[in-house]
Amino acid sequence: RQCLMVSRNLGSVGYDPNEKTFDKILIANRGEIACRVIRTCKKMGIKTVAIHSDVDASSVHVKMADEAVCVGPAPTSKSYLNMDAIMEAIKKTRAQAVHPGYGFLSENKEFARCLAAEDVVFIGPDTHAIQAMGDKIESKLLAKKAEVNTIPGFDGVVKDAEEAVRIAREIGYPVMIKASAGGGGKGMRIAWDDEETRDGFRLSSQEAASSFGDDRLLIEKFIDNPRHIEIQVLGDKHGNALWLNERECSIQRRNQKVVEEAPSIFLDAETRRAMGEQAVALARAVKYSSAGTVEFLVDSKKNFYFLEMNTRLQVRVDSGIQPGSDISIYYDPMISKLITYGSDRTEALKRMADALDNYVIRGVTHNIALLREVIINSRFVKGDISTKFLSDVYPDGFKGHMLTKSEKNQLLAIASSLFVAFQLRAQHFQENSRMPVIKPDIANWELSVKLHDKVHTVVASNNGSMFSVEVDGSKLNVTSTWNLASPLLSVSVDGTQRTVQCLSREAGGNMSIQFLGTVYKVNILTRLAAELNKFMLEKVTEDTSSVLRSPMPGVVVAVSVKPGDAVAEGQEICVIEAMKMQNSMTAGKTGTVKSVHCQAGDTVGEGDLLVELE
Amino acid sequence: MAAALRVAAAGARLSVLASGLRAAVRSLCSQATSVNERIENKRRTALLGGGQRRIDAQHKRGKLTARERISLLLDPGSFVESDMFVEHRCADFGMAADKNKFPGDSVVTGRGRINGRLVYVFSQDFTVFGGSLSGAHAQKICKIMDQAITVGAPVIGLNDSGGARIQEGVESLAGYADIFLRNVTASGVIPQISLIMGPCAGGAVYSPALTDFTFMVKDTSYLFITGPDVVKSVTNEDVTQEELGGAKTHTTMSGVAHRAFENDVDALCNLRDFFNYLPLSSQDPAPIRECHDPSDRLVPELDTIVPLESTKAYNMVDIIHSVVDEREFFEIMPNYAKNIIVGFARMNGRTVGIVGNQPKVASGCLDINSSVKGARFVRFCDAFNIPLITFVDVPGFLPGTAQEYGGIIRHGAKLLYAFAEATVPKVTVITRKAYGGAYDVMSSKHLCGDTNYAWPTAEIAVMGAKGAVEIIFKGHENVEAAQAEYIEKFANPFPAAVRGFVDDIIQPSSTRARICCDLDVLASKKVQRPWRKHANIPL
Repeated sequence: RQCLMVSRNLGSVGYDPNEKTFDKILIANRGEIACRVIRTCKKMGIKTVAIHSDVDASSVHVKMADEAVCVGPAPTSKSYLNMDAIMEAIKKTRAQAVHPGYGFLSENKEFARCLAAEDVVFIGPDTHAIQAMGDKIESKLLAKKAEVNTIPGFDGVVKDAEEAVRIAREIGYPVMIKASAGGGGKGMRIAWDDEETRDGFRLSSQEAASSFGDDRLLIEKFIDNPRHIEIQVLGDKHGNALWLNERECSIQRRNQKVVEEAPSIFLDAETRRAMGEQAVALARAVKYSSAGTVEFLVDSKKNFYFLEMNTRLQVRVDSGIQPGSDISIYYDPMISKLITYGSDRTEALKRMADALDNYVIRGVTHNIALLREVIINSRFVKGDISTKFLSDVYPDGFKGHMLTKSEKNQLLAIASSLFVAFQLRAQHFQENSRMPVIKPDIANWELSVKLHDKVHTVVASNNGSMFSVEVDGSKLNVTSTWNLASPLLSVSVDGTQRTVQCLSREAGGNMSIQFLGTVYKVNILTRLAAELNKFMLEKVTEDTSSVLRSPMPGVVVAVSVKPGDAVAEGQEICVIEAMKMQNSMTAGKTGTVKSVHCQAGDTVGEGDLLVELE
Repeated sequence: MAAALRVAAAGARLSVLASGLRAAVRSLCSQATSVNERIENKRRTALLGGGQRRIDAQHKRGKLTARERISLLLDPGSFVESDMFVEHRCADFGMAADKNKFPGDSVVTGRGRINGRLVYVFSQDFTVFGGSLSGAHAQKICKIMDQAITVGAPVIGLNDSGGARIQEGVESLAGYADIFLRNVTASGVIPQISLIMGPCAGGAVYSPALTDFTFMVKDTSYLFITGPDVVKSVTNEDVTQEELGGAKTHTTMSGVAHRAFENDVDALCNLRDFFNYLPLSSQDPAPIRECHDPSDRLVPELDTIVPLESTKAYNMVDIIHSVVDEREFFEIMPNYAKNIIVGFARMNGRTVGIVGNQPKVASGCLDINSSVKGARFVRFCDAFNIPLITFVDVPGFLPGTAQEYGGIIRHGAKLLYAFAEATVPKVTVITRKAYGGAYDVMSSKHLCGDTNYAWPTAEIAVMGAKGAVEIIFKGHENVEAAQAEYIEKFANPFPAAVRGFVDDIIQPSSTRARICCDLDVLASKKVQRPWRKHANIPL
């Protein structure tokens, strides 16, 4: 997941170098969050202690810190949430303060109390604010008291699935089921009927228990088609509080923010002020003495409802990884955040598209294609968005960029030029005199290029760095340095600048090219090879409906079938937890279970066989 | 008067002579026309092989014709054919009949170029008598092989033959032997490559087996000594052609074939790609192709690629990809004895042979199959001046009765022999474990490695700490402390480095830059061995 942010104006907060600071602090976090804190500490001359799990031993934040302490094995409950081990690390390293970052223990009142008992400063809001805001049920009650708009719903803990159904019916569908201790979309589900409520209750409480060690849930009215807008607040110990401008975070996937924008083009000055004032009122009510974020849902009539308050602030382009880093299945899979600025929205978006084209990511799946598509989507450009944007625009899931005719011609021309460039380079040997290399003299390369099962006729001729390419009759000129080792290739097609990436290339003509954010698979053959290729037989492919393979690396949480069981199409076969999400794996067809190749607790890799059906 | 008569007579003689000449010229001309026609006819017929009906049948099987294959393999317009007019000489069983004579017989031979470089080719024509091998067929192949050896250029064979021409009897068998002899003569002199594109059975299999590389086409090619019917009658086993000698069998189980491709087109495209790695002969240095990848490129991901726990696996192919030019690696036998990786790549444009232990499979140990796989590859590289780069992470030889009974001692010795014998530049990188005898084997300093590097994660020892302590401190109580001491002493690169058994301990990210630099220096390496007829590798 990338988080990215478009912004028109953003100030930076300086600090007074003469101010008294700590000598050494411990950062109770990992990844890009810990890196950011360590970087700031370095600027301020403060020594840093990193904590890490055993699988994170060589990650970037550990290398950056002055000291590092291993606090346990990979699962967060045994490492980053392991208070005893972290307290031990604090004592051992004599850190005077702890910066919790966000997530993990940042909103844990128990942890804050332990620190206070040991006289270690907790850098962040005090225990009262955490207690008040860290718990969704309490925070909602508090917000109500401070006269902040809240969402209608049930303000208590739900005992079991049947009670969940009863409450859901009272509130009226659709409802949102969420973990009381949760945040960041984990343990959160929408239910539209009784059946979904039961399922949602079960899955959410499991996720909540594994992520937060607290399986309490609450249910509230689900605001359909809302925007997600948050207001940043600053408070101090003297009861002062003020609000900064908002950020629009409506583009979300599974309640995880994907694109953020400031300012929101939806809010008018009046709504902005009303939201800001309520945010400040809430901060005052909890005696908030730090930087934080108050999240609101805003409906199409600009009614806004308090969602939650996070005891943190976000800014910066961050990355907690470098080449060789592991992106573990145990933690948040964010690779990088990207922020671009511009004098206006158009410029900021253009810069973002360019920046996305220049990301070189190998070895992991990523969402550059989606991000790039969102920021050029006409609804997004107009500002017509809600938290349902992605599911509205891509009801069947995102399938990649849809090429216009001229874009397709550009892609085919670039791919063909690349193919010929590789072919020509294959003849460039350092001459040895015993046997001269006699290069074939081909003025026009007649090619047959297959894209999306359609075959295109291409004729390409080369003249230095320029290729003249005829794609299905239209002529294009393609110019580049044709550096065939560079991961990024800057290409000019009839004067239009494009950045492409050749991700793979096989001798048999298959090539995958990233173009406009999306990866396209093309097959390029010379005309002769294409003609002869017609005689090649179709290969029989594996019937995938009878085998269930793991779609990603993860841990098997539960297996609900055994050999011989009859299963219906769509029935849950097993649950895999990956990237901190539980994924229900369902049967591809109705049949009988032939064999089960996994059991609860197994770690599985992408493509591993889980269950076979007859 | 007399003089006048003489003159007249002479004139008459002259006129007679002139008319005779005219007649002679006329007859010559008509003869020439018919010969030209015959030549054209023969050429036309030759181009059609066994005729359109058989060509269609070949296509229906998903196979290309002998000539179509050549046209894809070679640069356009570069094919120079020889022996298009050769016909078989068999007169028995009605073979002398015109309908049983095909110009060129059942094989197309000649020379051409792949990416501008010379190659000799023969392509068996299944449409003529099922591609069966006649005396004439063999003679055509031998002719181009002889020339390839004298000129110094590789031979590629595209095999698609039903076997011996039974009508010719021993003549056909003699033909096979003639080819075998040339395969052996050419071995180590010019690269020889076989691509099996149809059946190849009986005696015919030994020609591919004698060549340097045997590739197959999936689903349409077979290699076996005897077919399923004979197997059934002799051993009573039920087996299909595909199970007995298909591409999967030979690339995963028998190790007979080095790689398999999807179909004819894919195979020929890949063969062109592969050919670019090879020198033309043993007289030529490894080819250097234009390279865009900076030779001093740092590879930061290598600094963290070896896991901290020494029991945890990682993929050695990832290391190879990130070190070589443009991540291009042509792996040989990728699905056989996967605990060792061998294949071709380029460093700063120059072809290199890569050998690496694969920790992901059987912990990267050496066993019978991986030793033989590695040894054959190392010997090819040495024969053709291709520098060797060896990545070592080996916990030792695989123990057990299966291995001992199978002869791991003599098979393991092959790899040891091959590395020791090799005089090409040898660069070795120990990424993690280098234990026991396997340490010695894997292109160690002791076997004249030119440059031997250790990464900081290297552990060079007789065996792992646990096993070592169990032996040294048998019966002692404080085993854990002893184990810790052993790890402290030996589970690092220092014991080898202080003795000069590794030349340097390098930062993994600098591996590519170091190797490229070394290969430039080692390009002029020369080693003299004492005279001998030939060496005696433990076969």
